[in-house]
Amino acid sequence: MTKNIQLNAEGKLKHFLTIDGLSRPLLTEILDTAESFAAMAGNQVKKVPLLRGKTIVNVFFENSTRTRTTFELAATRLSADVLNMNIATSSTSKGESLLDTIRNLEAMHVDMFVVRHSLSGAAHFMAQNTAPHISVINAGDGQHAHPTQAMLDMFTIRQHKPDLTDLRVAIIGDILHSRVARSQIFALTTLGVKEVRVIAPRTLLPAKVETLGVTVCHDLQAGLQDIDVIITLRLQKERMTSALLPSESEYYKCFGLTQAKLKLAKPDAIVMHPGPINRGVEIDSSVADGPQSVILQQVSNGIAVRMAVLSMAMQNSGEAR
Amino acid sequence: MSKILIQNGQIIDPANQLDCLGSVAVAEGKIIAVITAPADFTPDLVIDATGHVICPGFIDLSTRLREPGQSRKATFNSEINAAASAGITAMCLQPDTHPVIDNPAVVELIKGLGEQCAYENIYPIAALTYKLAGQELSAMLGLKQADCIAVSNANQPVQNLLVLRRAMEYAASHDLLLMFRPQDLSLSNQGCVHEGAISTRYGLPGIPEAAETIALAQCLELTELTGCRVHFSQLSGWRSIIKIQQAKKYGLKVSADVAMHQLHLTEDDIEPFNSAYHVIPPFRSQKDREALRDALSKGIIEAICSDHQPHDLDAKLGAFPETAPGISALETLLPLMLKLVNEGVCSLSQGIAALTQKPAAIIRQPKGSLSIGACADICVFDPTATWQVTAQNWRSQGKNTPYWGQTLTGKVAHTLQSGEIIFSTTHNIRANRRLLSRNLNHA
Repeated sequence: MTKNIQLNAEGKLKHFLTIDGLSRPLLTEILDTAESFAAMAGNQVKKVPLLRGKTIVNVFFENSTRTRTTFELAATRLSADVLNMNIATSSTSKGESLLDTIRNLEAMHVDMFVVRHSLSGAAHFMAQNTAPHISVINAGDGQHAHPTQAMLDMFTIRQHKPDLTDLRVAIIGDILHSRVARSQIFALTTLGVKEVRVIAPRTLLPAKVETLGVTVCHDLQAGLQDIDVIITLRLQKERMTSALLPSESEYYKCFGLTQAKLKLAKPDAIVMHPGPINRGVEIDSSVADGPQSVILQQVSNGIAVRMAVLSMAMQNSGEAR
Repeated sequence: MSKILIQNGQIIDPANQLDCLGSVAVAEGKIIAVITAPADFTPDLVIDATGHVICPGFIDLSTRLREPGQSRKATFNSEINAAASAGITAMCLQPDTHPVIDNPAVVELIKGLGEQCAYENIYPIAALTYKLAGQELSAMLGLKQADCIAVSNANQPVQNLLVLRRAMEYAASHDLLLMFRPQDLSLSNQGCVHEGAISTRYGLPGIPEAAETIALAQCLELTELTGCRVHFSQLSGWRSIIKIQQAKKYGLKVSADVAMHQLHLTEDDIEPFNSAYHVIPPFRSQKDREALRDALSKGIIEAICSDHQPHDLDAKLGAFPETAPGISALETLLPLMLKLVNEGVCSLSQGIAALTQKPAAIIRQPKGSLSIGACADICVFDPTATWQVTAQNWRSQGKNTPYWGQTLTGKVAHTLQSGEIIFSTTHNIRANRRLLSRNLNHA
């Protein structure tokens, strides 16, 4: 990247599209800001007037429950007005282009787009083609990036293991199709963890994955040795029909996280999952609901982290109207 | 027809192994003298080529002018203008027009469009299969008789190998050249970049090299089986080069070309999600680019094509995977060839041969040389002049090039086709009023 389009002239976060290319101090700033918002969650009054009078549009070209609702909650707690647009079922099916959708939303005088799209690069495209005062937050684009998910994961890890540079993290499952995994890998390596280990069969690993700075393992049992943080990924049903895997049961047998396998990691290892969970496919219920699981904390933390990102980007969006 | 003397230039004519200072005399649309003009030659027009190179006009083996059917992307008028200004005097047109070039009527239509622009040497490539659907044979003989120079299924692979075998047998019976761009669709799996570090980093669907080499290997087997003459188009991978080299050693009558941009750009040059870099086959690794360059210098790959694919703005506006692949490449052809020379990949004579003599031999046309008596298709260019790729200096309707905004070296000064000036930075053009007005606007 010749110039990071995510940053404004002062090097501050303007759009949040990918973790790739962001510095460790910037990621730490997001986490620290999120910490101050997380402290508010226990308050009687959960709202702050930081984004009063601002309009945020959740533009979702793809379905989502968790991500969209936590973005909505985050925006509401910052006192912004929120508009939800599910374009998966509206205009693009009528042949409207991505650009036309952007132009129409711009005409509604909004201040920020939170966008999810099925194609990699869609959020970049929006950021490059929108009016200069509008910030774009990527809520997941194709197989490229899901940066707020990765940051809430980092936030959750930091809550339990404050020194990230001492950690070995395993990411298990469909790395190939996962925007979450890509963003996690960039976040973890930028924050300086000791090792990121990806564990999956070859069919679910992208080409030259080691160029992302990870170690590769095809065996879960061996791969869990010395691991402090275990991240399991959701396995989509269509991976079986597209000949990437033989069956759910074989996947569970090889890569499903069970109590017995969990014992192979460090005794204080935490278990994470970006959701939604396929119980009995990538993770056993007893692990997902067990004492080492922090899966629901991830969801709660999603609100604070998204508040941090929304407020930082809005602050730095420049030319106020 | 006027008599023209192009004088004091560096004459480079690889077909005749010429590289010397001198003049070229043109009369009656033909070259009548090279190096020294006859004493009694009285030209109507003298072109001073001091400091310039005089060479045969360039022959492009793969061009899309988008007409008929997609004039929103480009027209014969806009692209012929661009071609003339780029020293290109002959173009092979891919059959994936709308309608497809699968019957002689479409060929007649195309010839008519060329005539309207007073541009000769439009060589249509006929569809190998009806509607390029890969199922039924096109009327190849009729298409050959209508002056198609080859058959091809363009960018739509024939997936049924039995159909491909029969199409090749039928083409061979009529001594038709098959132009084949190898690509296995299932392995390509709707990818949009090279499968490697970049596809992984940006989460973009990747196309492995094997998508090309497997299709290439299959076609080589069928070449052996059917005896069809085959030219492999727009190769991109290093292992393709090995296969071509082996096939030639084994005595198969095959040839190959590479798109000019593949000799320069790699996956590492792709600006994140910039659709100007979306091209199929995709920009591959450094290793592939070096192998392509090496193959060119050793003659394993004979020719360079532009693979010109002009697009409208909308086609390139969107998320990277949904944008249309292809580069508008006529006008960067000469500067990028000179860049190869400057970077030591080939000599100037070799570079010119890959754009003139070699493609002419592949399509068996009496072109691409400055031989006495040959059609006066001539390019005169300044190898040191620089220009910037901007709207002001660009003629193609397609502005889709990764070189947009860059400064390039090498500029065509005059282009002659059959002895008529079809482009000149200094002289008026006689051939056609439309071209004249266009060119003056740009001058």
